[in-house]
Amino acid sequence: MPETISLEVLRYSPERDAEPSFQRYDVPLHKDWVVLDALNYIKDKVDGSLTFRWSCRMGICGSCGMMVNGEPKLTCATFLSNYAKENKPVRVQPLRYFPVIRDLVVEVTDFMTKLQSVKPWLIRGDGKPISEGEYLQTPEQLDRYKQFSMCINCMLCYAACPVYGLDPVFIGPAAIALAQRYNMDSRDEGAHERMDVLAQHEGIWGCTFVGECTKVCPKHVDPAGAIQQYKLTATIERFKSFLMPWAAK
Amino acid sequence: MSDTRQAARYTEYHPRWYRPRVSTWWWLGRWPYLKFILREISSVFVAWFVVVLLQQIRALSRGPEAYAAFERWLQNPLIVLLNLITLFFVVFHAITWFNVAASAMAIRFHGKRVPDLLIVGTNYAAWAAISLVVAWFLVRS
Amino acid sequence: MAKQSNEPALWALFSAGGVMAAFVIPVHLFLLGLAFPLGWIPAPGYEYLHSFVRLPLTRLYLFVLCFLALFHWAHRFRYTLYDGLQIKHLNELIFFCCYGGAILGTVWAGYLLWNFR
Repeated sequence: MPETISLEVLRYSPERDAEPSFQRYDVPLHKDWVVLDALNYIKDKVDGSLTFRWSCRMGICGSCGMMVNGEPKLTCATFLSNYAKENKPVRVQPLRYFPVIRDLVVEVTDFMTKLQSVKPWLIRGDGKPISEGEYLQTPEQLDRYKQFSMCINCMLCYAACPVYGLDPVFIGPAAIALAQRYNMDSRDEGAHERMDVLAQHEGIWGCTFVGECTKVCPKHVDPAGAIQQYKLTATIERFKSFLMPWAAK
Repeated sequence: MSDTRQAARYTEYHPRWYRPRVSTWWWLGRWPYLKFILREISSVFVAWFVVVLLQQIRALSRGPEAYAAFERWLQNPLIVLLNLITLFFVVFHAITWFNVAASAMAIRFHGKRVPDLLIVGTNYAAWAAISLVVAWFLVRS
Repeated sequence: MAKQSNEPALWALFSAGGVMAAFVIPVHLFLLGLAFPLGWIPAPGYEYLHSFVRLPLTRLYLFVLCFLALFHWAHRFRYTLYDGLQIKHLNELIFFCCYGGAILGTVWAGYLLWNFR
């Protein structure tokens, strides 16, 4: 294995640059180093001006997502040694389809607003007093939504979704998967409230099932599946309200 | 979603974002995207099949001479080539359709999700069975 | 629901058409478009096919096949143009042409099969 590996990192300074450009860095190649280790090495030893987000280094905070050789990746879980054989510099770019603020940092307000719009929390009608105890749930009921609850909001699925890139009003994979996480929860009663947002064109109907969101998800959430499953739910609900208007809320 | 568009506006503290436009040819660069576009294009060949089928029905309705002319038209090398391409695309459609069936349906049985492989396998088995039935009706003469 | 959209109905037709197309079109096309014209398998004679298509059940099957397959095409093609070519401003025209085409084709199929002699 060679001693070093080259990285081509996208640099953009809003004050200085009209267009971003790649800067090349050589970093030591250790067997146990991930792309994030290389970026931290650059920041500490080579170029303190390099800007990027990271936090936990263990694939749970969801803040170090970037494009590595064109693929959306958590840089804390992407080993440099996987790219050593290619003998080409590893390209690190900010997450695709998001506006770039500086270097590898993207603007995520759009995702945050969308996430909030689907009300990703438990909604109860009247609720019951604490004295009556907890809302119990069986393992089978937990199993219905558990997969969707693994989402860490890393936004790799947005960077993989051409529909989001082409039409930024699309609510997008993670927000819909998280809406489903609560819709499928036996303790939740908010499915009707979420439907207003999800059943619009900007919601599930914009999705053409490219399926890349599911492939890049580091937590195996399967947002593409969540969206298609919700299309079926929304269609059934629509036909129900058409055939039995009196039953609709 | 008007509030989302508002949120995506430039602000005082982020005066100049870099926001490249998505290329019209975005689907050419990466194989999964190209595969996606080919899958979507398969619908054109599904429609072409309907045209051929309706031509056949029309010819059958008009009598044996018209039907013989229809059969000669089908032997035109260009039509054969087009139908060969069509076969590729409709098979591609079938495969891509069955492969994602499990993810799109999420069937549950006794509280447990039915394994993807079982759903996909059932689809392929049904495909084979239905094809045999259709062929059985058409190959007798 | 905030907006009464027709997407659920169009999507239901698209899906039903996708299932139908996946299960039966490959074998139909292989026989009709390749195996019979190229003589790999002896083609069914006119008399047999004619009497077979005259059965009401066959005609119903053929009508449903055409109807669903065309709406499958309309939906998918509409989104392909929408995404692939980034011509969002022509959205209404695309919508009209795709589903309009599907309706025309369905009417044609209905006419041919209803008047089949």
